[in-house]
Amino acid sequence: MAAASKATAIADTADMPVPDVPVRSAEIVTFQPPMRPVLERVTEMARHTVSVVLPPLIVLAITLFVWQLLCSEPGARLPPPTKVVADAWDFIVDPFYDNGGVDKGAFWQISKSLGRVAIGFSFAAVVGIALGVLIGQSTWAMRGLDPIFQVLRTVPPLAWLPLSLAGFRDSHPSALFVIFITSIWPIIINTSVGVRNIPQDYRNVAAVIRLSWWEVFYKITLPATVPYIFTGLRIGVGLSWLAIVAAEMLIGGVGIGFFIWDAWNSSRISDIIVALVYIGIVGFLLDKLIATVGHFVSHGVATQ
Amino acid sequence: MDNSYLKFEQIGMSFRRGQMATEVLRDVNLTIGQGEFVSLIGHSGCGKSTLLNILGGLLTSTTGEVFLEGKVVDEPGPDRAIVFQNHSLLPWLTVYGNVAIAVDKVFGSSKTKAERHDWVMHNLELVQMAQAKDKRPHEVSGGMKQRVGIARALAMQPKVLLMDEPFGALDALTRAHLQDSVMEIHARLGNTVMMITHDVDEAVLLSDRVVMMTNGPSATIGEILKVPLARPRRRLELATDAEYARCRAAVLEFLYARHRVPARAA
Repeated sequence: MAAASKATAIADTADMPVPDVPVRSAEIVTFQPPMRPVLERVTEMARHTVSVVLPPLIVLAITLFVWQLLCSEPGARLPPPTKVVADAWDFIVDPFYDNGGVDKGAFWQISKSLGRVAIGFSFAAVVGIALGVLIGQSTWAMRGLDPIFQVLRTVPPLAWLPLSLAGFRDSHPSALFVIFITSIWPIIINTSVGVRNIPQDYRNVAAVIRLSWWEVFYKITLPATVPYIFTGLRIGVGLSWLAIVAAEMLIGGVGIGFFIWDAWNSSRISDIIVALVYIGIVGFLLDKLIATVGHFVSHGVATQ
Repeated sequence: MDNSYLKFEQIGMSFRRGQMATEVLRDVNLTIGQGEFVSLIGHSGCGKSTLLNILGGLLTSTTGEVFLEGKVVDEPGPDRAIVFQNHSLLPWLTVYGNVAIAVDKVFGSSKTKAERHDWVMHNLELVQMAQAKDKRPHEVSGGMKQRVGIARALAMQPKVLLMDEPFGALDALTRAHLQDSVMEIHARLGNTVMMITHDVDEAVLLSDRVVMMTNGPSATIGEILKVPLARPRRRLELATDAEYARCRAAVLEFLYARHRVPARAA
């Protein structure tokens, strides 16, 4: 009722000959609507960001506080966060120092480890995808290889290290081999599942247009399997990052794994804690990297 | 009209599972002329799809042969392009890419790159999908996907166009629209078409002949109905046409009076 009376009121004023007022009021009317949604959108985005970022920050703060409380009393075995930062200050602020030998900054330690992961993981990706496609396509290859793979994949990464040291007689290729053998299993298994799940329709299409074996492989099999392959690669890269740290502890030299072992031997507990944080962040970023690449490469396939 | 363009001779098909052998088709004999539009109709499990797949080369018959222009059909090929029931577009390719993958393979040596592009676009225009050429299958509707599937099959310039319940998964309005498109394309290009359908109206509207199959196992051709309606056919006019009603009644009679679905199959 109120709206109706308002409408008639506006109609009444419109009938009246008032020359100046409508021009000005029109200006105000056109300016206001676009301003509001922008402001609303910004506040909404801010609210969303806060709701995502705030909970982990609060949990982190509580954790640090409790840790500080537990380790502050005299005789505590682990240093509290404040002491960690104070002790490892040089290591935190200058990741690029290089004093020769294994006494290098965090950047050099991590990039050495990442380099090893990159090489071992690349080999695992190529061989794993190839073997996965073979097992996925051939029933006989699957019957022959699958049981063996199922047994081998449960062998812990470090159990391979003595064997590979014996085989390669050198620590560097041994570390690469441990990365390779750790990360290859999920790649093989996921790829083969992907190949086996290719819809018969796609194979029929390929048969009707008479694609050659090679064309079927790179025009049908690979693109159809990409989401599965990247699931395998994601699990694989996580495992390889687990394995390299452990392997480096044993083989020595520059690398974040040996850095931790070295810090333990010289009782630099604070350095170990900082290194753990770095390892966690790098592992997280590796996972996100593969997931992002996979998302871009497989767009369209997964959404079907 | 050459009467033995496409010929099924004594086709029989058995599937073996362990010790059990199931005979799906027995003694199927059929000749189809060039440019003819033939529908296969029958209840579920009567081996319609099996027969189409044998013609497509995706299955090999246990007995008998299929001859296309006097040559034995024994493998899949672009001369018998198939429009699949669920469109079977490759989801990682665009609408254009899905047609181009077939065109590039079939005409890779006989047409230049520019000619192949023009041919892809020509076929997309034929099914009115040229404006959506850069979309991916999941971005277009079900009817549009099936249009692309038809364009892909037509682009191979098949001797016979095989359609496996091409409109089965579509809503009634989209289906009618696509049926009109198919009739239009058939009138323009004069393709030989073999189509599987469950829809009596669709079979009568589109076909020159309706092939009715008996129930399986050991299904075979029960009856062939000629549809003597003049082309072009318009669905609105046909709704009240006596001849159309007679054909429709004949198919319904066959399917529901004489070859009712066996209780166990339902």
